[in-house]
Amino acid sequence: MPKAKVTFEDIGVAVTVPAGTRLIEVSEKVGAGITYGCREGECCTCLTKVVSGGENLAPPSVLEDQVLKDNMAPRGHRLACQAQILGGEIVVKPA
Amino acid sequence: MPLAAHTDSAVEIAPGVHWVGALDPHLRSFDIILKTANGTTYNAYVVRGETGVAVIDTVKESFSDDFFRRLESVADYAEITTIVLNHLEPDHSGALPELLRRAPQARVYLSSRAQMMLKALLKPAGGKPPEYIPVTTDDSVDLGGRTLRFLHTPYLHWPDTQCTYLVEDGILFSGDIFGCHFCDPRLFSDRVGDFRFSFEYYYAHIMRPFREHVLDAVALIEPLELTVIAPAHGPILRQQPRDYVHRYRELATPRLFNEARVEKTLLVFYISAYGNTRRMAEALAAGAEALGGVRVSLYDLEGGEAGVFTDLIEEADALAFGSPTINGDAVKPVWDVLSSLTTVNVKGKLGAAFGSYGWSGEAVRLIEDRLRGLKLRVPVEGLRIKLVPDTGELAACRDLGEQLARHLTGRLETRVIDMAELA
Repeated sequence: MPKAKVTFEDIGVAVTVPAGTRLIEVSEKVGAGITYGCREGECCTCLTKVVSGGENLAPPSVLEDQVLKDNMAPRGHRLACQAQILGGEIVVKPA
Repeated sequence: MPLAAHTDSAVEIAPGVHWVGALDPHLRSFDIILKTANGTTYNAYVVRGETGVAVIDTVKESFSDDFFRRLESVADYAEITTIVLNHLEPDHSGALPELLRRAPQARVYLSSRAQMMLKALLKPAGGKPPEYIPVTTDDSVDLGGRTLRFLHTPYLHWPDTQCTYLVEDGILFSGDIFGCHFCDPRLFSDRVGDFRFSFEYYYAHIMRPFREHVLDAVALIEPLELTVIAPAHGPILRQQPRDYVHRYRELATPRLFNEARVEKTLLVFYISAYGNTRRMAEALAAGAEALGGVRVSLYDLEGGEAGVFTDLIEEADALAFGSPTINGDAVKPVWDVLSSLTTVNVKGKLGAAFGSYGWSGEAVRLIEDRLRGLKLRVPVEGLRIKLVPDTGELAACRDLGEQLARHLTGRLETRVIDMAELA
């Protein structure tokens, strides 16, 4: 299975993950500072800044896009409970 | 002097500005978490300009009749051009679907984050949604000679909250901030009974978890000329309204003067039946302290009360909890503290758990789950030690403390791990 590397900048941990993993599946396990609320892409608690490698995440769904817009999320931000890792290298940190 | 709100009529605040809310004197428990000894009020307001009439907020649905009677005493539905929703919680939006039915021409002004809540609230009513306009700080509505200007004040106490300022009259319709659950038909702060306890209690239970947002809001409000603050609950503040803004600033500013401001702070809470968890706590504290840059404090949960510990926790950067396991659980004093933290903001603080056990040792994992549930980050796996910690195990406790200190002070070496290694 193709692998990707996601780095959680706030805690200095890089994790190699299988493609298709969502950020939420990794960030909690490594104790990164991204926090979660509804876990369903509605509440925007898990807003995450994508420092680099945003192109290596699957594009946001219509729902995620709407929630980002409603919450006035700056560019380059994603919901960690929704964002799915496709491959390559990604660096993230809590918004 | 007649009691202002003991009639069905609206109550004048200023010429063309009226209170059209409702009294709920028999309420004793609000939103489950708040007590009130004399009920509450649901405050809604009407502002009349030369070319438009605005309704600001509504009331809880079961008090709709009072609201509509008062509203009808000062305005016809056909005149209403503007509905402002400062906060969409049902105690303020309960009469909204019916108001929209009676005044379908009105445009609704609300914060950006309120849009999805509005849709969710209006679901049962069905039909065509109203025309609504998301607004933010400095957006305004002209009512003809009168201007409503909006202030974006989110998270006070929901994401959607905003304030609305009537520029020409210096009246701030503040939503829940500066409110309290206090019902007195004399309505105005200079006429009602002493409600200061209620004002403070409301802040402590509703606004305190959002104190950073309170300070942002206060910074927006302080430059305004204020003659009246008209909150969504409790007395209308017209006697020295600025005092209440000042009080919010005081309340939201960190309560305990922290001389360790330049250092990070780690609080190690423990409770121990035979001294084993205490020894773990002491070793963890020593390990964290040894790294430098972290001020560590040890507290035995048997010697204090949850309220005091809550104050300490609000100011701290990191928390470690040590508990023995008794009958498969952490002990009650630990849960008492961990169930008292909804009144303060702990999101993003560092958390850890440890404990000695005799048989199965569930407490540590249960505490870690609770810390994660409270949105703390738990980057270092907790330590469970069977009965008496030996020298090597105490070294592991010191190491846990050191790792926490490294996380706290940003002295981490970047690690690369495989997801398969994660439990």
